[in-house]
Amino acid sequence: MDINSLAGLFNYWIVIVLMMTGFYIVIARGNLIKTVIGLNIFQISVFLLYITMGRVDQGTAPIIQEAAQADQAYSNPLSSVLILTAIVVGVATTALALALIVRIREDYGSIEEDEILILDRES
Amino acid sequence: MIEQHLPVLIVVVPLIAAPLCVFLFNRTLVYLFALATCWATFGMSLFLLAKVLESGPFSYELGNWPVPYGIEYVVDYFSAFVMSFVSGIGAVVLTYAPKSLNDEIDPSRHYLVHPMYLLCLTGMLGICITGDLFNVFVFLEISSLSSYALISLGRSRRAPLAAFQYLVMGTIGATFLLIGIGLLYQLTGTLNMVDMAQQLADDHGSRTMLVAFAFVTVGLCIKMAVFPLHTWLPNAYTYAPSVVTAFIAATATKVSVYAFVRIVYDIFTPQFAFDVHGLDLFLTVFSLIGIFVASAAAIYQGNLKRLLAYSSIAQVGYMLLGVSMNNQDGLTGGIVHMFNHAIIKGGLFLVVGCFALRLHSVRLEDLRGAAKTMPLTAFAWVLGGLGLIGVPLTAGFISKWLLLTAALDNGFYLVAGLMLISSLLAVVYVWRVVEILYFSEPADAVESAREAPWSMLIPTYLLIVGILVFGIWTSYSVGVASQAASALLGGAP
Repeated sequence: MDINSLAGLFNYWIVIVLMMTGFYIVIARGNLIKTVIGLNIFQISVFLLYITMGRVDQGTAPIIQEAAQADQAYSNPLSSVLILTAIVVGVATTALALALIVRIREDYGSIEEDEILILDRES
Repeated sequence: MIEQHLPVLIVVVPLIAAPLCVFLFNRTLVYLFALATCWATFGMSLFLLAKVLESGPFSYELGNWPVPYGIEYVVDYFSAFVMSFVSGIGAVVLTYAPKSLNDEIDPSRHYLVHPMYLLCLTGMLGICITGDLFNVFVFLEISSLSSYALISLGRSRRAPLAAFQYLVMGTIGATFLLIGIGLLYQLTGTLNMVDMAQQLADDHGSRTMLVAFAFVTVGLCIKMAVFPLHTWLPNAYTYAPSVVTAFIAATATKVSVYAFVRIVYDIFTPQFAFDVHGLDLFLTVFSLIGIFVASAAAIYQGNLKRLLAYSSIAQVGYMLLGVSMNNQDGLTGGIVHMFNHAIIKGGLFLVVGCFALRLHSVRLEDLRGAAKTMPLTAFAWVLGGLGLIGVPLTAGFISKWLLLTAALDNGFYLVAGLMLISSLLAVVYVWRVVEILYFSEPADAVESAREAPWSMLIPTYLLIVGILVFGIWTSYSVGVASQAASALLGGAP
């Protein structure tokens, strides 16, 4: 694998790094807010994956113009459209998660998972 | 005229009704509106099922966009069957709901419960009917997000935490599914399931396909609560309001199993999944471990809801055992078990809701002797428990018998033996509750309790009697399921 193909896959490397970063944060962190941040990073890596796969070599924005050459290639707009939906889902998930955290903090006075579990065991 | 649009109406009607609920401020009005919507949806699903049985599968093109460019809704034996029992349980549980909700949720929040309930139903019906893979993800998230919100409404302070943990696990699962769908789209350039399956057939299993397969499988296994990815389920079911638990426990995991079967059998083909990559072995092993671990855990629970939650994990194992056998009998057994377990577990959780209403507790020690003051509720538990064990003349027997004969025909004697032994574990945890209900001295709270109200007992008995009916009259459940199974297997080359 030469340097060109490595650099050509730059976006995919970023996707993998972000995906693993986010996943690790979700698993390793006990703070509920940080868990949500981890989930967000994890989801964003997938958004990037989708947007990247829509790219066509030499392709322009998928808008037909009079002056364009007959063999003009266009990028695939569908994957961006799909990911718009997934972004909305991600926003809804984050909003719901934050709302739940507010209620957890009201009830327990803490957003650290280990402290909450101790409080639960005592009750 | 309107008849031909039913495939889309069944999803759109509850979807539109949900936000309308928020604008109807009167509590009774909201409830009646949601109830009417649920029964209308059930009616539509029965109509679709009748149409499929009469004239075979058909599809609907959304906005008249031709396949594969537009989104296609497919009504076949499998989807119509699953939709009919999901919407049926949705309607029965909502009929049962008002008294229980009054008791467990602050009345000022009721206008929020019903929209969430309808959205959850929308999502599940959408997963069943859609023929577009990305749509599966969207509907999965609609039903999941609304179920997180519903679970967090529980009275205990642990409910939001349980909902949060479910949210984290569920989002990871859904994102895995999204990655898998993205890779499949990258590979084929289409999202229509039928079209995708044709394109993948020429692909001979590239590495991208394998990675997509792995992501989709793991993602859906989280949603199905397959051992060892089941950790979110017990807390979520225990702390949610009784009505919500009954609805979600009876439907959500089954719909995930449906999506899994659809994707594995229709898109990846059993040949790729089972013969080449050995998914059947993994599923069999994890299902069996899950059945034993969860059933054993159920025996030791002191909380009735948590006991049933663990039993749900075990029952998902039976469904997947059927799916992993990859033959007509096994798959039929798995699909019938989805239906049977939905009515059994739905009925049992409704029984638990009756106890929770009258005794304000579902801990076993608080239920001692409840059969004396609440005889009808306690008897419903006995009937439902027999179904759960799989005693002859109940629905549970039919599906377990099918699974057992399929295992024996295939020569999986070990699997068959383990299934029989695991049913004994179910006897233990069901009997433990029966003993507490019938043969213990009543506690003080139980002495003064009254029988549950008729408005709750009738829907409960509707499902409980259903267990007996479908244990004797099997032409509907087994008949449709076997047609669904042969369609799934016939689609494979």
